[in-house]
Formats: sequence, C-alpha cells, structure tokens
Amino acid sequence: MRTALADRTPDVRTTWPPLPRRTRPRRTALTIRTPISRRATTILTVLSLAVPFSAWVVLSASGAVPATFLPPPGAVVSAGWETARSGELAVDVWTTTRRVLQGFGLAVLVSVPLGILMGAFQAGQAAFEPLIGLLRYLPASAFIPLLIIWLGLGEPSKIAILFIGTVFFNTLMTADVVRGVPRPLIDVSYTLGARRGEVLRKVVVPHSLPGIIDAVRVNAAAAWNFVVVAELVNSTAGLGYRIVRAQRFLQTDKIFAVLVVIGVIGVTIDVALRLVRARVGRWAA
Amino acid sequence: MTLALTDVSKEYGQKLALDGVNLTVSPREFLCVVGASGSGKSTLLSLVAGLMMPTTGEITVDGHPITGPGPDRGLVFQNGSLYPWRTVERNVAFGLELLALDTAERDRRVDWYLAETGLAGVRRSLPRRLSGGQQQRVAIARALVCEPDVLLLDEPFGALDVQTKEDMQLLIRQIWLDTGTTVLMVTHDVEEAVFLGTRVVVLASDPGRVAAEVRVPLAEDRDLAVKRTPAFLALRASVEDMVRCGVTR
Repeated sequence: MRTALADRTPDVRTTWPPLPRRTRPRRTALTIRTPISRRATTILTVLSLAVPFSAWVVLSASGAVPATFLPPPGAVVSAGWETARSGELAVDVWTTTRRVLQGFGLAVLVSVPLGILMGAFQAGQAAFEPLIGLLRYLPASAFIPLLIIWLGLGEPSKIAILFIGTVFFNTLMTADVVRGVPRPLIDVSYTLGARRGEVLRKVVVPHSLPGIIDAVRVNAAAAWNFVVVAELVNSTAGLGYRIVRAQRFLQTDKIFAVLVVIGVIGVTIDVALRLVRARVGRWAA
Repeated sequence: MTLALTDVSKEYGQKLALDGVNLTVSPREFLCVVGASGSGKSTLLSLVAGLMMPTTGEITVDGHPITGPGPDRGLVFQNGSLYPWRTVERNVAFGLELLALDTAERDRRVDWYLAETGLAGVRRSLPRRLSGGQQQRVAIARALVCEPDVLLLDEPFGALDVQTKEDMQLLIRQIWLDTGTTVLMVTHDVEEAVFLGTRVVVLASDPGRVAAEVRVPLAEDRDLAVKRTPAFLALRASVEDMVRCGVTR
C-alpha cells in the first residue's frame, strides 16, 4: 500500500498531447435500445405481415409463378374450407394434437423432475449431464428408422420421436433454471428451519416455475415440428399426413392450407403458454 | 443462551480464512464484529449459522455443538434473500408455516413482528415493491418470528443509503431492547458497530483472527445524537485504528 506523499507518481502528463476527441453520433431510431414511437411500431408490424402477403398475391396473380407451385390466396382459402367442411381437417388436427400431448406431455413429465434433480444436486448433475449432453445432439429424425424397427409403424414410434426430440433439451433447460436459484435464498431457508424436501418444494420449485414454463414454451415449438416430421412417414391421419397426401396429388393449395392451420395452432399454443407464464411469474416482472 | 467459539479455524483449500478464533456471546448481548475485507467476518457468521463447518475448533450453543443451520440462529443477509413470489406477510410467516401451528396463532405472531418492524402497511406487497430498508426489515422480522436464541446479521445495512441506514440502526436497537434477543452482527462500518454494540470485536485480516475486544461504555438508551459526543468519537477513532492496524499489521 502507498501511503506517503513522497512516493507519488511523477507527473509527466504535461508532456502528453491532448487526447483526440471523437465527434458524437446523433441519436437516431437505430440507436441501440432507443424507444420508437407507437406509430412507427404499428407501421413496422403491419408492414412485416403485409409485404410478404402482397408479394404472394402479386406473384400468384401475375402468372409469373404457376399456380401448381404457388396457389393464389383465394385457392388456399377454398381448399382449407373444403377440408374443414368434409370433417377431414378436424380429424387431422385432433390426431396431431393428441400425438403432441402424448409425446411432449411425457417428455415434460420426465424432464422437469429430472432437470430439478440435476439443478439441485451435484450428484444428479454428475450422473446425467454427460449422457443427456451427448444425446441431445443426435437429431431426433435420425431415430425414425430405428424407432420403426423397435416400435413398428403405429402410434408408439411417432410418440417416441416427439419424446426424444424434446426431452433432453427440456431437461437441460430446466436444470439451468434450477441452478439459477440464488444461493442466499436456499441458505436462509435452512436457517428458518426448512428441511431439504421443504426447500425444494417451497423455495426451489416456486422460484424456478416461470423459467420452467419458458423452457416448455420453447420446446413446445420443437414438439410441433417433430410431430409433422413423424407423420410424414407412414400415417393414416394427421396434419403431416395430409401434406404428404396433398403432395401426391399435386394439391399445392391444400398444402398451403394445412401449413396455415399448423401455424395458427402453433401461435395459439405459444400465446397460451405466454399467458400462463405472465400469471405465474407476476412476481418476477 | 451462550454462544461459544473455541479455537475456530476455517480453510478454503490452501487459504486460511479464520485462524484460532475464540469468542463468547452472552445472553442479551449485542456483539458487533468489525474488520476489513478479508478478515473472515462473513465466514465467521456462516459458521455460527451452521451453513459451513469449521475446519478445526468447535462452536457451541449452551454447550451443544452446532451441527447445521436452524431457526435457533436466525440469519439476515445484506440483501436479496427475500422470497420474491411471497408477499411481505408470507415471507415473515415462512418459518412458522413449517411448524405445527394453527393459523390464528401464526397470524398473531406474524402481526406482532410486522407491527414491531413498521411493515403493517405493506404486508400484502411483493418484495420488489419495497424500498431497500423495508426489504431488510422483512428479513429481520422473518428471522425474529422464529424466536431465535441469537440473531445473526451479516452487513444488514451495507447496501442502504446513509439516512435509511441510520433509521435502520435505530430500529434494530429498539427491537433489541423490546425483544431481549441476543444479536451477533458483522459490519465493516465502525461507527455502526460502536453505536449499536454493547461490545465490539475487531478482526485482523489474512488470516482472520481476533485482534481486540472493546466494551462500549455508552448508555443503553442511545439516540443518533450520541454519535457526536466526544466519548463516542474517541471510541470510534480508537476502534478504527485497531481495524487499520489489523490490516497492515
């Protein structure tokens, strides 16, 4: 430690040239994190949807792209209406949704407790992290042939793909969330008399719940992807199956209609989980 | 209740954080431990709380060795230890919810400590809606409602602005007088230690060890004006010198 004035650093700074000054950039709409007006937000939002949609309308109406490749919006709507009226669409939507509920539901039931185990106990981390860390890099779609050999062509192999595709990510994401529970919160709970199980139930889980819902929301989107992949192989119903079938008959308009349905359901799930998250995580906002 | 540390040492790997600390806290005492950073103040408190075990030596409460954390030694951290999803009253009720108590009995106790700490008006608020001082009051009430033998305070006012800090000092003194609890408080603020303590222990750094003990000969009934009296200023200056000597040796 320097204490005496005698050891002061000699002031050679007088010999230095002044530091060059930079001109200060103006604040614009593209300054990082700068707020933009409500009107600008609305315009950008509308444009982001209107531009691709108009491009679609113009391209298909002009005849630049044949209708077999790019059906006009009107054809897509009527194809959608057609499948809806015949009752086909309802069956497909329900079949696909049921598969997601079963496969992804099972994955959530396994991954959330496992993730809590890994996040809360170092032993859990040491025991599961290496295997799960490896397995998550194996693409679920690569398991399809193997699962067909193991489980046959029916429902079990489709549910298994969904499960494999989501369980590992959801486990690791849950474990991360649980590891984020502040240490003082756990320590103080012990000093208030809580036992291990009570700390898990009354502190670790409530603190992690919003983050776990976030993980589920991200992986629900993945599940929705995997179910369509699973249905491309040997199905007799489902939205993925409907797409393959429409392709066989070159019904591009129907493919588009099913894609729209898939998108709408996806957004609905996302919004629903966002609402749940907002409710559960009110304390964190 | 008598808390006794006998030859307590704590090593982290190769580093010796505490070296042969002997300390006794008597019933009804308000003992302040001061020391520069690196003097092992917080380590000392974690050991007493039972969150860590000493490498050598023994810590006893009324002759019984400490084996782990428990509600008989309530702990308050500097900040960030409230349950953010629980309202003020449910934070305070946490320890009682773990016991076989009927709701009326629990509420009665929670109510008393909310009133004592001046939190009755914000009882249904979430912690993030509270000021820093209010948050620390919740943490103190939450520890006290479990009726600890000793209240452990780890730099409880270290993150507060000066005015709030003085308000909190008055509050904790009042609580100490009202409840008759024993307090062991760790701080780097010598003025705070002398104002609050009945006794001040100075730790020296690297490794942490007891450098000095000073009895505070001020009246039990103190207000902020005492901080300007010559007796207080002299005592404060001499303790500050001890802390500084403890650093440079």
